[in-house]
Amino acid sequence: MEHIRTPKVEQVKLLDRFSNKSVTGTLHLTATHLIFVESNSTSILHHHIASVEKLSLKTNGCPLLIQCRNFRLVHFVIPRERDCHDIYSSLLRLLRPVSYDELYAFSYNPKQNDQQREEGWQLIDLAAEFERMGVPCDQWQLTDVNREYKVCKTYPRDLYVPIMASKPIIVGSSKFRSKGRFPVLTYFYQEKKAAVCRCSQPLSGFSARCLEDEHMLQAISKANHNSRYIYVMDTRPKLNALANRAAGKGYENEDNYSNIRFQFVGIENIHVMRGSLQKLLEVVGTRSLSMTDYLVGLENSGWLRHIKAIMDAAIFLAKTVTVEGASVLVHCSDGWDRTAQVCALGSLLMDPYYRTIKGFMVLIEKDWISFGHKFADRCDQLDPDPKEVSPIFTQFLECVWQLTEQFPQAFEFSEWFLIQIHEHVHSCQFGNFLGNSQRQREDLQLKERTYSLWAHLLSEKQNYLNPVYSPSFAESHPVLEPSTQAYHFKFWRNMYHQYDRSMHPRQSILKHVLTLKDSNRELEGTVQALKTKLQKFSVSTSPLNRKEVQQEEDEEVFGEEAMEDAPAITGGERTVEGSSATENGYGELMGSFGSKNEPGAVTLEFGVARMTC
Amino acid sequence: MEFAELIKTPRVDGVVLHRPFMPTVEGTLCLTGHHLILSSRQDNTEELWLLHANIDSIEKRFVGSLGTIIVKCKDLRVIQLDIPGMEECLNIASSIEALSTLDSVSLMYPFFYRPLFEVIEDGWQLFVPEEAFKDLESMVLFYPWNETTLFGLPKEDEEDNIALWSAESAFTVDEAVMMRAAQPLTGTNGRRCKEDEKLINATLCAGKRGYIIDTRTIAVAQQAKTRGGGFEQEANYPQWRRIHKAIERSNVLQDSLIKLVEACNDQSHSMDRWLSKLEASNWQSKVKEILTTACLAAQCIDREGASVLVHGTEGTDSTLQVTSLAQIILDPACRTIRGFEVLIEREWLQAGHPFQQRCAQSAYSNGKPRSEAPVFLLFLDCVWQILRQFPCSFQFNENLLIMFFEHAYASQFGTFLGNCVAERVKLQLSQKTVSLWSWVNRPQELERFLNPLYEPNNLVIWPSVAPQSLLLWEGVFLRWNRSTKCLDEACQEMVHIIEYNKELQNKVNSLRRQLAQLETEDSPLQTP
Repeated sequence: MEHIRTPKVEQVKLLDRFSNKSVTGTLHLTATHLIFVESNSTSILHHHIASVEKLSLKTNGCPLLIQCRNFRLVHFVIPRERDCHDIYSSLLRLLRPVSYDELYAFSYNPKQNDQQREEGWQLIDLAAEFERMGVPCDQWQLTDVNREYKVCKTYPRDLYVPIMASKPIIVGSSKFRSKGRFPVLTYFYQEKKAAVCRCSQPLSGFSARCLEDEHMLQAISKANHNSRYIYVMDTRPKLNALANRAAGKGYENEDNYSNIRFQFVGIENIHVMRGSLQKLLEVVGTRSLSMTDYLVGLENSGWLRHIKAIMDAAIFLAKTVTVEGASVLVHCSDGWDRTAQVCALGSLLMDPYYRTIKGFMVLIEKDWISFGHKFADRCDQLDPDPKEVSPIFTQFLECVWQLTEQFPQAFEFSEWFLIQIHEHVHSCQFGNFLGNSQRQREDLQLKERTYSLWAHLLSEKQNYLNPVYSPSFAESHPVLEPSTQAYHFKFWRNMYHQYDRSMHPRQSILKHVLTLKDSNRELEGTVQALKTKLQKFSVSTSPLNRKEVQQEEDEEVFGEEAMEDAPAITGGERTVEGSSATENGYGELMGSFGSKNEPGAVTLEFGVARMTC
Repeated sequence: MEFAELIKTPRVDGVVLHRPFMPTVEGTLCLTGHHLILSSRQDNTEELWLLHANIDSIEKRFVGSLGTIIVKCKDLRVIQLDIPGMEECLNIASSIEALSTLDSVSLMYPFFYRPLFEVIEDGWQLFVPEEAFKDLESMVLFYPWNETTLFGLPKEDEEDNIALWSAESAFTVDEAVMMRAAQPLTGTNGRRCKEDEKLINATLCAGKRGYIIDTRTIAVAQQAKTRGGGFEQEANYPQWRRIHKAIERSNVLQDSLIKLVEACNDQSHSMDRWLSKLEASNWQSKVKEILTTACLAAQCIDREGASVLVHGTEGTDSTLQVTSLAQIILDPACRTIRGFEVLIEREWLQAGHPFQQRCAQSAYSNGKPRSEAPVFLLFLDCVWQILRQFPCSFQFNENLLIMFFEHAYASQFGTFLGNCVAERVKLQLSQKTVSLWSWVNRPQELERFLNPLYEPNNLVIWPSVAPQSLLLWEGVFLRWNRSTKCLDEACQEMVHIIEYNKELQNKVNSLRRQLAQLETEDSPLQTP
């Protein structure tokens, strides 16, 4: 609290990003949020703020530009410069927490008791998940080699390795891999007994080799009788891998490993991805953007090219495992960025379970959280190194969204589930994504001191359901085979313009159908209740009456008045928003006639799209 | 019959048909005067019936004695026929070429087509101008005009092509009208026309204002002066303000369509290549330009209460795109199936959009374009964009738009033949051909075009014209390049949910009624 100099400023203007509209309200600064109150209020979590910029003073006040990690951009104009400066410097301090204790998760209290909190954390059980896959089995076993995080600090305690991989082999292999991240199982395709394993790059340099590591790969290969070969996917571009050799790292030499098939995939590194997103956001943030600038900008940013590269790699992985029945070892440099993307997306293509709400949580928990994707660094949680920040996880979510576009019935969840997860990866409101590794999370005692996001999301599950999800689709399409034609990859407007309401369809099919589905459930109940009531009646009345009832029921009367006593389907909520002409900026109407002002009814409800569409 | 001369080989056996996402079919190929037919003679496989008029261009290839003809259609489909025998292949190819490029309109299929359905409602009688302009009558009373001045104007425009559309009082405070015209013939020396000034000024009462939306840039409009055209001098039209918007002329559009379709058919999977080709086609830019101008026209009427006069050069292309789209934005009636048909009839057919010329060739035309241009397709694309943004506000779905696209380019119906009303009268289309409307408006057909999400609303719908909000119309441009099975099934599931909802509601109502009835019948029994 000591950082807040001015808790409240009045007569602040909030400007719309893409039009000339503005609303006036009061700005409040709290320990955790920046809140703007007019007819409806907008609140921004400090953790969501990526940058604050004070622009030069104008006649109507001092502009303050706030850029958020959830792609919201807020432009305030504060009448007095001193107030603006106070807010500015308070925010600068507040959005740079220096210790984990300052993060919102440690003060957030959803009014649950300890037991509820514990239950929340117990929702996802990775041991059960490996059991579901069929592991341990005759070829794969749980190893306790990392119980004390002694072999690899960034891996979880429980790891699954081939039966044939003895402790010396594991330890030897780990010494030959960056950060000790030796090959371990992440997904087991039971049908063909093929494994997806992950690791970091070998410390091969120009000529070094390691017998234990070679044995390790052989052990993985031998655990699968279906294929003579084990595929090694290096997800980096070849050039990057070559460059790493000079630093004593590099990639597997095919001559030293028996029966491996080595393949580069060419996904760019975190720095390229960071730059790409920056370019993309710059382009789509331009006011009165022309179609040409948009398409050229989209191409130049390279964003969709990167998304497609990740998808291509995941498809290759899924095909190799499901069609060829071969085991695949995936790595990049440290094995926590590109490797996580490809393993997680590949598993999602192979296993329908990961396309359900619960399964998707498990997938994130396994391939991202437990295997040490550095959320704290990548998502800029704590006094960050700007060179470590990168939208790797965002890309994964986007790949999943691209898949939902091609397979609308394959996923139990809608895009709002993905967007909400993205929101909370940055919110630091829940403990799940804090820190960089399991070990660090244990040190922080997150399970005792914070709440789990998954419990929260499950409690509002109905908001994230995909109304056309079909479990039978999973039976007919256990493995998804998406098309990789370039035109299937689209700009994800609901993610990157989540808060720019004027860009979205004014009527949401998703919301409409979800409402209908809810109503169907309700109506089914009503039908049941009415039938029981009728039955009771029929019993108490003469058999003659009963007959009549039966007859009428079969008829199904379609009447005008039918609508009257039906329960309201739409709940009066889904109104066609009187979309606004001026908000869209079709053209200037040559001042002289003086345009009429937009009626006050059209307000900017920031974030309304997030929850309700 | 002269077709017989053009058909060198009427029938070839053992022809193999390849279509994307469909199994190959082997069968007999037959050529008739108007159709290319491939039949496998097996009960379970579908026959291919292709109108020659739908064929945009063909390519021949030979490997040994096996010939291959690639048939590229105006609806953008590409199919491949493998024909055994070089001579047969060459004969078939040249026959198709001749039959698909018949010069005489009266040889077109609509003049030979006899409907297999009973015409209940004759489409030719459906939309008479008086009916379409019935809103206008009040205007005629209101303003010192009579109908003759409306349709036979003493005007020195290139065509006396002025029409009125009155904004419904429901959404205008003041009576505002939208009009269209061709450019005035001012020329380089600034000729004036008293009658034209009087006419245009007469639409506005004293103190009222209006906007002239010129669909050309000021530079292009200036240039037009050297060819005798030009634009209205504001001094002579004191109550009017002129706004220039840059919608490109129709001749550029054809090239744009060709490039777009080429990009969509590109089999390389490179992201950069796709985006740069999509951009280079310029198609999406055109969608944005036209929608923006239409929104501006609608904005003038709805927000400013001002009248609007739209024109480009001839007033038969970009002008119609703008006026018809503005009406869809403003007028909920245009978002019903009937209303949309009326709109096409009034704003396109009767307004003299030269369908025959514009739709003579589509995206696969090799020759130098004459007056072909996908003006109408671009309009349909814009409607689709609005439909996407307001999916519950239209009574019809995307299929209706695609159907109009297909029939504008090749059809068994006479509706889109000819270039203007006068030509159509001369061709005696209403006596000799069947109207598209006679077919579409049959309940069996309409079902396909209904939007299950439709809930009528009387609001003005302002679409977003940000590039991020405008999408590629996949239903047309990627129609033959992707499998839509998953999307179609999802759509069916959605329809199922909606229908189930109706069913449940009816059930609840009927049960409630029974219960109510029982209760009333019961009550005398229970009171002894």
